[in-house]
Order: sequence, then C-alpha cells, then structure tokens
Amino acid sequence: MAKLIVSPSPHFQNKTTTQVLMNDVLIALAPATLVSLLFYGWNALLLLLVCVATCVGCEFLIEKYLRGRDIPCISATVVTGVLLALNLPPAAPWWVAFVGSLAAIGIAKMCFGGLGQNIFNPAIFGRVFLLVSFPVAMTTWSAPHGWLPIDAFSGATPLAQINEGIRQGLPANEIVAENGLSGWQAFFGLAGGSVGEASALALIIGFVYLLVRRVIKPYIPVAILGTVVVMTTIFWLVDPEKYTGPVFNLLSGGLLLGAIFMATDYVTSPMTTMGMIIYGVLIGVLTVLIRYFGSYPEGVSFAILIANAIVPLLNKYCKPKRFAA
Amino acid sequence: MKYRTFRIGGVHPAERKLAKDAAIEQFPIPAKVAISMAQHLGAPATPVVEKGDKVKVGQVIGTPTGFVSGFVHSSVSGTVTAVEPRADLAGKMVMHVCIDVEGDEYADGIVTTDRIERDIKGSPEELLEKIKKAGVVGMGGATFPTHIKLAPPKDKKAEYLIINAAECEPYVTADDRLMREHPHEIVLGARIMARVLGVEMVVIAVEENKPEAFDALSDATLRYVGIDVVKMKKKYPQGGEKQLIDAITHRRVPSGGLPIETGCVVQNVATSYAVYQAVQKDKPLIERVMTVTGECLPEQKNYLVRIGTPISAILDSVGGLPMESAKVISGGPMMGKAVANLQATTQKGSSCLLVLTPEQTARTPETVCIRCGRCTQACPMGLEPWLMNRLGRNGDYASLEENKIYDCIECGCCQSTCPAHIPLLDIVRTSKAEVMKIIRSRAKK
Repeated sequence: MAKLIVSPSPHFQNKTTTQVLMNDVLIALAPATLVSLLFYGWNALLLLLVCVATCVGCEFLIEKYLRGRDIPCISATVVTGVLLALNLPPAAPWWVAFVGSLAAIGIAKMCFGGLGQNIFNPAIFGRVFLLVSFPVAMTTWSAPHGWLPIDAFSGATPLAQINEGIRQGLPANEIVAENGLSGWQAFFGLAGGSVGEASALALIIGFVYLLVRRVIKPYIPVAILGTVVVMTTIFWLVDPEKYTGPVFNLLSGGLLLGAIFMATDYVTSPMTTMGMIIYGVLIGVLTVLIRYFGSYPEGVSFAILIANAIVPLLNKYCKPKRFAA
Repeated sequence: MKYRTFRIGGVHPAERKLAKDAAIEQFPIPAKVAISMAQHLGAPATPVVEKGDKVKVGQVIGTPTGFVSGFVHSSVSGTVTAVEPRADLAGKMVMHVCIDVEGDEYADGIVTTDRIERDIKGSPEELLEKIKKAGVVGMGGATFPTHIKLAPPKDKKAEYLIINAAECEPYVTADDRLMREHPHEIVLGARIMARVLGVEMVVIAVEENKPEAFDALSDATLRYVGIDVVKMKKKYPQGGEKQLIDAITHRRVPSGGLPIETGCVVQNVATSYAVYQAVQKDKPLIERVMTVTGECLPEQKNYLVRIGTPISAILDSVGGLPMESAKVISGGPMMGKAVANLQATTQKGSSCLLVLTPEQTARTPETVCIRCGRCTQACPMGLEPWLMNRLGRNGDYASLEENKIYDCIECGCCQSTCPAHIPLLDIVRTSKAEVMKIIRSRAKK
C-alpha cells in the first residue's frame, strides 16, 4: 500500500490558479484587442507584438539572471504587455512600445520585487512614462488604415479637441456638435484615441466576462464610472458651455479601459470592499478634475497612478467588517 | 422563500454528497475493538476496568477526570485484553481499552427496541444527569461534553436551542441520513434538551440541499409548538457554531466569548439523537452513524458503527483501500483530520471516513500572493488571511493580535479559495498558537 498523506485541513484546493485568472483577463481583453486591430491594422499589431515580447523578455531576463527563477506567472506579464499596447496611439512608432515596456516591467514591476509586490500598475506606469518622455509621439493621432473598408477616425482625440477648443474660448457643447463627437460614435468604435479606446462596446463585453467568471468584483469600476457620471452631470448642468456632459465623458478617452482593466489590477488595488469603493471614487474625482481643469486632456492614467499610491493606506485603515466586534 | 445564512464571507465548495442515497446499515460488530479514553474535548477519562475483566455493551469503562471530561462506555460485550496507550486517529498516543468481542450482551436497563418513546419523564436535573452518565458529546466533530453545554452558568439564560443540521461539509451525509430515517427521535432529543435548558424556542437548521431531511423533520415537528425547522442557504461554513447563531438570531458571539453569551445553545443533530437514546432508552453513546465515501471507492456507505471499530475493518468492507488513494480523512474535506494510522479506531466524533486520490488532495506548489483579496472576501470571521500570512511568516505576533488572529475558527475557506495556493491556514494556525501562548502568559502575570 502506498503511504498515506497526513497534512492539516483543508484537504482540497481551488482549481483556479493565478494563471487561470490572468488567462481570463486576456480573454476579456480579446474583443477590445480584435476591434482595435480591425480599425488600426498592421501598426496596431506591431505595437501589440513589441509590447508583449518586450514585457515577457524583460521579466524573463531579470527573473532568470538577477533572481534565478522563472517568471512566476507569464499570463500576468502578457496582460501588462497587451494593456500597454492598448494605451498607445495607433500610429506610435515601435520603439515607443519597446521603451514603454521596459519601463513598465523593468521599473514599475521588477524594481519592487516582481509579481505581487509592485505599488504602481506597470501598464499605467509605462504609459505615463511615455507620455511625459515622448509627448509628441504619444499625442500624434494620425490613424493608419485598418483592415476595415472604412476610414478610421484620425486627428486629435475628442478629449483633446475639447481641451484645445475650450482653451480657445469655444463652448464645449458647440465643439461636440461641430466635430460630430457623439457618445454613440465612441460606443461602437469610431472615435479617435489610443488603440484600446477604439470601442466602448468591446470593453464592456470584456467587463461582463470578468464579472461572470468572478475574476473581479464590480465595486471598483462601478465606483469610478458612477463618480464620473455624478460629477460631470453636476458640472454640465451648472455650465454646459464650459463642461462636457456625462455620456461623452463616460464613453470617451481611456475611462472604460482604465476603470475595467487597469484600476482593477489585483496587486495595485485595495483588498476590502470599503477600500475598493474609496479607491474607485478617488480615481473618478481625479479623472474629472484633470479632464476639466488640467493641462492634459486625459486624466485616467494619472488618476489611477495617484490612487495606486494610497492603496497601502486603504489596506491599513479599511479593515473588513469583523464578525466579532 | 429566502433561506437564512450567516452574513460575512463563506465559500461554495462542490457538495459531492455521494452517499446521500445510501440508507444507514448496521456495520458488523468487529472481533476486537479499542476504545479511546480521549473521545471528548477536555481531560481524558480514567479507565475503570482492567485486563481480564468481562464487560457488557453499555457498561462504563472510563469515568470523567475533572470538570470538562466525560464517561466512556464499552460498545461491545467481551473480555478486556489490554488497557494501554495506543495511537489514535491523529496518531496521538492516548489510553485505550481493548476488548475481544464475545456475543452482544447489553448491560441491564438498556432498551434496544426501536419503539419511539414520546413521554419525557423526569426533572431537568434528572435528565441532565442521564445525559452526562451516557457520555454524550458534541457529535459534529468538536466533541465538547454535552452536559456542560446544557448547564450554562447561573447568570446566563439560554433563550434558543439551535439544532445544527446544516452538515455543510462536502461529502458527509451521516446527519442527512439520520434525519431522514429517525426524525422523531431527533425531535424528541431536541425537546429533552429544551426542557433541560428551560428554553421555549427550538430551531432545527437544515441546509437547503437536504430537502428530504427537511420534510421529514417538518412532519415530525407538526405536533409540537415552539420547535421550528428552518432552511439554510447552502454555503460553507453554515454549520459553524458562531455562523449558525448569526444566521438564526442575528446575534454575534463576541471575541473569545461563549455562545451562551448570545442566549443560544447549539447542539448537533446527531447529538440530539444520542440524547434521545440516553434518556428514553437508557442507552449510552456506544455507536454512531458514519459516512464512508470517496470517488475512488466502489461503494458509498452510511454505517451505524460501534465506537472503537478499527478504520481498516470499515475500509475492508468496501473493498479495502484502493491503490490510487492518497489520503484518508476522518471528517469532511474542509475541517476533517487526516488519518495517520489505519489501525486506529472510530470515536464519538467520527462522522465520516473520506478517501481521496492524489489528484484530489495534492498540494500544488505555492506561488506568490497577488493580493487578489479572495481570502479576505471568503473569511467568515472578517479577518485578513493574506495579512496574517505575511505577519505570521515575519513572526510579528503583536500585529497579529491587533488583527484578531485569535478569532480564526480554522474553517479553511481562505486556503481553499487562494489562487496562489498559499497554505494560509497552516501559517495562521501556527501563528495563532503562538499568539494564544502570549495572551495566556500575559493573563497569568
């Protein structure tokens, strides 16, 4: 008879592993990625491949030669690569993707100790790193031709057009009307912007998948989007000439991408429901403030990065509801 | 209808009640038994028989040592061959009384008929004494002596008696079968305990996945007032004492407190059956229903087993231990204990023998914590296992105490839900033991 195993309870383990969860995130990102490839074509594919390959290669080299171990969860690294690619302008040169990936994995992730240890979301860090280092490359929105027989939107992003227009003293509602910047356009995917911002619908499909598979809880995205809707509605009602409305804000820019895929990153978001809600509201408030009053047209990345920094505090002070008082 | 449930955390393991359609069978009396003196929480009983003594079924062979302790009876008739320390289920050396079986002769006064005795006679004190003398203990697994739970301190008043029929552990079906086949005895046992406690409200809590048991108990309680059968949501650990009290009464047992502080006494459904046998039939606790199950076994069984039957004999009856088995568990997969020694014998708290294959039970290598928060969402006590894991590995016992590690009920929700397969409960258990040591040494000063 074989020897019996004697070990303490519990005697079975969940079949869901970190790898499975991260694969689910990749599946959830698939619709948005496919739509962006259809719209932006070969260059988007190139950016995607460069990002993923650089992220994996960079983490592999550091893990292997500085720590002497394998990549703990390769899917998590691929998720970072895909997210970074989705955060680049569709016409960005390949070396931008390369440098961004090195910053994301090399600085934001591996400097802090690798998987599970980083304070800042690597993909967001990579994007912000590029935004402040290569502002021209990161804000050139001339979209290449995609694989669809229609011309993708090219020119400045809706948010950039508004930001520019308001600075010139034009009323926001007129800019929206003049440039045909309706919410529906963003919803189905014809608005300009980063690769992954192509279609809100595709992102929402991914969100539903994550919820159904119970990969994430809805608290963070709902808190972010709810805050943005409430805040922008108030501003918009006070002065529709100066401030854009809630539907436009909800569907434009990287808000959905950030709220669904970036802010919900396990490692850099709080553990408790209360912490998640505070974190989400903070991101929402910062996003709206940056969009309305900042010099950058888009604020989601900065908002998430700042909120990442207070996550340890949230974990410390937002304790779960204890059973026994 | 909205089912009741506890309000924090919990997990939904696959139920795998493979043996739920197997009716209770009498397991043949083995040729030899070894009866442990440590089958209850507290001090082991003191053996009162010697080698060569003749004993009958139901005869006292061990008497309580101190306050928290209990009587132990012979489960067979025959000759005592040894009174010696032996390895029990967990591999711990404890005093056992070993008996060679001869016939099946019951001690005087024990009624062995199946007739249901409905008249409850005697004062609460007399009933309590009978329960104590019968060696009844909590049969859900904790084996706390029942007579102590039924005699709360004078300044505490019990309002509710909750009969724990949740059986939330996967695989285990012993209570389910007992409820389906002996609902009247269980209800009478509950009425006896209610009389001892002087409570007006009795609640029998059954998980929703046992509709037949629920119906049987509902029929059996029709004739009585003040005794309710309620359906509970299927969720683990629904049958945890603190969780059950929360679900039924919305009262919370305070940190380090006893359930009686919420006015509740919780007793297991099998205990209720044992109380009926003790009081109405004068039959001490000498046998219990035990599930024998596992995907790798050819048959799934619910046996009525005499206490002290060797595990190996029970496994032999279902074709022996299969080649592919890796672990034998006494109890369920969430909180049961791995059996170290197949020569060990069954005890009052042995509700299930579960055989698992390597694929089912192997521990996969631990990967890094990605702070997904699943353990925190799953913890029914509202603790943070991920944090306790980190603090525990660093030996930061002061912070662990601050984070209420002593509240952990060791249900295993955190570890079973962790995608990184971190042995959270192992770490928490060892750290908790250290913290409790520190708390106790401080209290002594």
